[in-house]
Amino acid sequence: MIKVIVGRLLQLIPVLGIILTLTFFMSKVVPGGPFSAERQATPEVIAKLNAYYGLDRPLWEQYLTYLGNVVRFNFGPSYTYQSESVNEVIARAFPISLQIGTLAFCIALIIGVTAGVVAAANKNKLWDYFPMSLSMLGICLPTFVLGPILALVFGLVLKLAPVSGWYGLNYVPFHPMIMPAVTLGLFYAAYIARLTRGGMLDILSQDFIRTARAKGVPDHEILLKHALRGGLLPVVAFLGPAFAGLISGSFVVEKVFNVPGLGQEFIKSVFNRDYPLILGTVAFFGTLIVLFNLVSDIVQALLDPKSRK
Amino acid sequence: MATGTASIEPAPIRADELVQGTSLWKDAWFRLRKNHVALFGLYTFCTIALLCLVVPFFTGYTYEQTEISLKASAPMEPIFLRTEARKAGEPKKSFIALSNLEDEFLEKSQSDRKAIVAKIAEGEVYQEGRNTYQRSSQRHVFGTDPLGRDLLTRVLVGGRISLAVGFAATLVSVCIGVLWGATAGFAGGKIDTVMMRFADILYALPFTVIVILLMVMFGRNFILLFVAIGAVEWLNMARIVRGQIISLKNQEFIEAAISLGLPSHRILFRHLIPNVIGSIIIYATLTVPNVMLLEAVLSFLGLGVQPPLSSWGVLIDEGSRTMETSIWLLVCPAIFFSLTLFCLNFLGDGLRDALDPKASKD
Amino acid sequence: MLGFSRNDMKKLIALVALLIIGGLVLFGVGHTNSTKEGYSLTLQEANKNKILLLTVGSEPRTLDPQQAQGVTEHHIIMAMIEGLVAPSIDDQSKAVPGMADHWEHNDDYSVWTFHIGENRKWSNGDPVTAEDFVFSYKRMLTASFGAQYSENLFILKGAEDYYRGKITDFEQVGVKALDDHTLRIELVGPTPYLLSLVQHDSWLPVNPKAVLSFGKIDTRDSKWTSAENFVANGPFKMKSWRPNDVIEVVRNPLYWDAGNVKLNGINFYSIENSNTGERAFQAGQLHKTDQVPLDKVPYYRRRHPDLIRIDPYEGVYFYRINVARKPLDNPKVRLALNLAVDRDAIVKNILREDQRPATGYTPPGMGDYQPLNKIAYDPERARQLLAEAGYPHGKGFPKFTIHFNTVESHRAIAEAIQQMWKEELNIDVSLENQEWKVYLDTQNSKNYDLSRSGWIGDFMDPVTFLSMWTTGNGNNNTNWGNPKFDAFIEQAARTGDPQARLDILHRAEDLFLSEPPVVLVYWYTNAYLLEPSVQNWNPLVLGNHNYKYIDLKAEREPAK
Repeated sequence: MIKVIVGRLLQLIPVLGIILTLTFFMSKVVPGGPFSAERQATPEVIAKLNAYYGLDRPLWEQYLTYLGNVVRFNFGPSYTYQSESVNEVIARAFPISLQIGTLAFCIALIIGVTAGVVAAANKNKLWDYFPMSLSMLGICLPTFVLGPILALVFGLVLKLAPVSGWYGLNYVPFHPMIMPAVTLGLFYAAYIARLTRGGMLDILSQDFIRTARAKGVPDHEILLKHALRGGLLPVVAFLGPAFAGLISGSFVVEKVFNVPGLGQEFIKSVFNRDYPLILGTVAFFGTLIVLFNLVSDIVQALLDPKSRK
Repeated sequence: MATGTASIEPAPIRADELVQGTSLWKDAWFRLRKNHVALFGLYTFCTIALLCLVVPFFTGYTYEQTEISLKASAPMEPIFLRTEARKAGEPKKSFIALSNLEDEFLEKSQSDRKAIVAKIAEGEVYQEGRNTYQRSSQRHVFGTDPLGRDLLTRVLVGGRISLAVGFAATLVSVCIGVLWGATAGFAGGKIDTVMMRFADILYALPFTVIVILLMVMFGRNFILLFVAIGAVEWLNMARIVRGQIISLKNQEFIEAAISLGLPSHRILFRHLIPNVIGSIIIYATLTVPNVMLLEAVLSFLGLGVQPPLSSWGVLIDEGSRTMETSIWLLVCPAIFFSLTLFCLNFLGDGLRDALDPKASKD
Repeated sequence: MLGFSRNDMKKLIALVALLIIGGLVLFGVGHTNSTKEGYSLTLQEANKNKILLLTVGSEPRTLDPQQAQGVTEHHIIMAMIEGLVAPSIDDQSKAVPGMADHWEHNDDYSVWTFHIGENRKWSNGDPVTAEDFVFSYKRMLTASFGAQYSENLFILKGAEDYYRGKITDFEQVGVKALDDHTLRIELVGPTPYLLSLVQHDSWLPVNPKAVLSFGKIDTRDSKWTSAENFVANGPFKMKSWRPNDVIEVVRNPLYWDAGNVKLNGINFYSIENSNTGERAFQAGQLHKTDQVPLDKVPYYRRRHPDLIRIDPYEGVYFYRINVARKPLDNPKVRLALNLAVDRDAIVKNILREDQRPATGYTPPGMGDYQPLNKIAYDPERARQLLAEAGYPHGKGFPKFTIHFNTVESHRAIAEAIQQMWKEELNIDVSLENQEWKVYLDTQNSKNYDLSRSGWIGDFMDPVTFLSMWTTGNGNNNTNWGNPKFDAFIEQAARTGDPQARLDILHRAEDLFLSEPPVVLVYWYTNAYLLEPSVQNWNPLVLGNHNYKYIDLKAEREPAK
């Protein structure tokens, strides 16, 4: 097993290399530079700034210099946050997104799997349609709708949660991460619920379940022990990238609740043409993707004993 | 975990035999017809699509016709006509909603204002300076947006865009995703590794950059829109299908098929993919709303629909920002959007059941 | 696929779970520590402790005044860095003593002498000297530093030559420290508005010691602006800076006028989403927002007129016209487009923040300069002009495009104008929204027909609006140019008599508007929500408040 994992981790290097190379050249081709503004600085000033950040050198030279720095884990200075390096930006923003994302993940998993199992056990009955319809709300109310609604209800009406900000605010009972996490979690719960239900129904119609039933294995045991294992396969496949996405933050939710997480850096760095920050966040996200897809593959293998042959 | 199956009755082989005629589909349709919820979903969905196609021609308004003095008027709010005499040329006509009528007489005292508005509301023609006010028979069933455009027409016309984008992009992503995932999962080994790492790379690439690049290189183009959306949406599908295929390919009936020497593509298309059709349908129905909302993001970046045209995603996004003052701007598109999703999901569940090769034994 | 034993799996799952939970606990602990710092304030507590809570919009890119580019940065820097003079409490055309105690100028306003007060100190204890200003201006004019606003200092004698490397001796530039407390500024021409100019970020001083201990004179990404290192000379000094959340400043005891500073501190929150800002205000987390969501303006004006404030603001909203493209090269067409826009309707129905329809380019409030009243809604005349240009009833008029960056109000205005032109002139316009930087690129490369634009004045003089329209100016971007106009601007720069100067500028603007390379829309206002407990927050056209005058009254309950 160790060998397999180490092998997968080693694949990170070429994968990251390709991601960084593609992103590097794509972001340079995109029109607009980091220093353009509504009030145009003179071409002279722009030239000076480009020279300061080494953007006046040939592209391949910039690329090689960049790779050289990346190998030493130096992702360069951010242009947007003038006194911070990319590493510092990620180091301060990621913990916040990690907290929100992990909580959201737990919420999504608990609600989603429960709803899915209940629905699968009561196929085409009231207790199928009810939890499934409820879970659909998570999709019908996308984060940019649900977020403001939750902020209004829990922040302004009930005064339980802060409507904006991260630090401090201990005069309201809820921690600032709760509302963003709920908003995100409900959205993913809908996916998990539907995938769980579908996966379980696939298993429940298989022969070995029939056999087990015939042998008199109790229903709940069939459901939770046998069906759930296989039924979670599609969920787990979905969860790898979903978890990576959750803990790297969401632009919309961070803007709605004004949380200083990492999600906004992905989007804002592109809008600002902050090349080092674009590359830094993309490399970071790429690593998370590869890691959690590996975890997801391992969990899939664990759930499905047959694939381990 | 032992499966404990004494009697292996590989259902897909049965399905395989049925493929001779159209009976698999006939069979499925037969089963679907017995599922009332799914049928209800199907009919409602067709109704929505038909409404979007036909009704905009009969609302009496166009999606672009602004009436800015009307502003955001509530559904069925009474509307008044203001005729302003001009020194030269035709008098200028504009419409005002009841809630804004008082603002026309701001220089008067509050009680006077109320009295005037009440009079006009009762049908009286009222003159004030160069302006004449009278009741209008005009009505907007869903109200109007901040520029005074008929919301019903805008929602329905937007629905055409959203439905087209939703289905086309989903189709693209399903095709790529299923083929990619199934091939990777079935082939395994190095091919699997390379294919899945390729998906990881696509996952990590910054979507915004890609979209801006596409727009700059090819201009605004609806086909591109599908490509852009399809290019990101198939990744999850591929992962899900791959996971299922890996689990299936070690099952007895596939091992049997392999040992019989059936060609790989036949095993893949006849035996493996039909067995994961449930997950495919479910994830596809989840992709549709995702794509519709993603379209709003693309519009923000300049690749999606261009104003004054709109789509459900864009309308919901705009509506969410004004939900405290004019909730109907959010509710109306959201109802159509949600209804479509519910229908699709019920229909998807029904289809899943109907197409499940094992289900016929129940 | 993967070869595991059952034991392996369990270990692995446990490991992953442990990692996740461990990480969470670790960061969670860090978080709880930070909450204990005690800047979680309800509005009442904030009023009692005299801490002003306000939002400045987006996160500032830097707090180095010489690299700052935007209003956001300026509003925070104002609290910590004071220039030669400072804004007065209620009239932006006047200035009150800042670092300079008093000042004088020669007859034609081209040589100024500032006398720096003896008691002016930096927050690290250093006295503020004339040399500090010389150093700061040298830094601004160091080309390799790449300050975006270097050009602002080119009115100093020899500054441009120094910047371009034609002279290397900074002694030859028109700024001299005659002694520790006397700063003499020599300008290339008469500049009656210098006092307004020196309040701009580009003219603010920095502490040389602080700058040089974290890099060279031209180091951009220096750490001297971080919370621990920042050296202030204004009423407040920095306490903490949490990016994308809050910057806290507290009273600076070494400030020369500290006795008159009313507040104990200010928290500047960065809240980009205007709806979130409005919610935070309602929840009692803020004293002041930086804007009001468009749809909420009528609500507040009707229900809570005591909470909403709408101040005039020195800015103009317009569309640039690319005059190199046919048929937009025809001044009659451009005039017709202007006359067919019902600005009143746009302002009253879409924006609703008391913006004034722009009848000229320079907005009102620029000291003694009277805005022009030249462009008005006149569809009859517009049709007539269009017919004269060869397009009766819009016949044969080619379709053109309005470019704008994706913002809700820009879209609404563009859609409204599109309809107006369709109705009044029978011409078809299409709309294209673009992401911000792409839009800037389109505009700067003049690859557009019509492009949405806005311009905010930097100082209290019409020059800040008009000089951008000289031929080939980097901010012109319309291909428009008129030698007569250039001559007027040139002449104004050489004229010492203030009234004569304004007359020349008037004539320049009149010329500009007779063949407008722009479609005028409206003059800005600044709408925001303000708690009545905030005192002395007076309407100022540049929106730059001298925070030392601001006070908080403790009694009032938070807004409902």
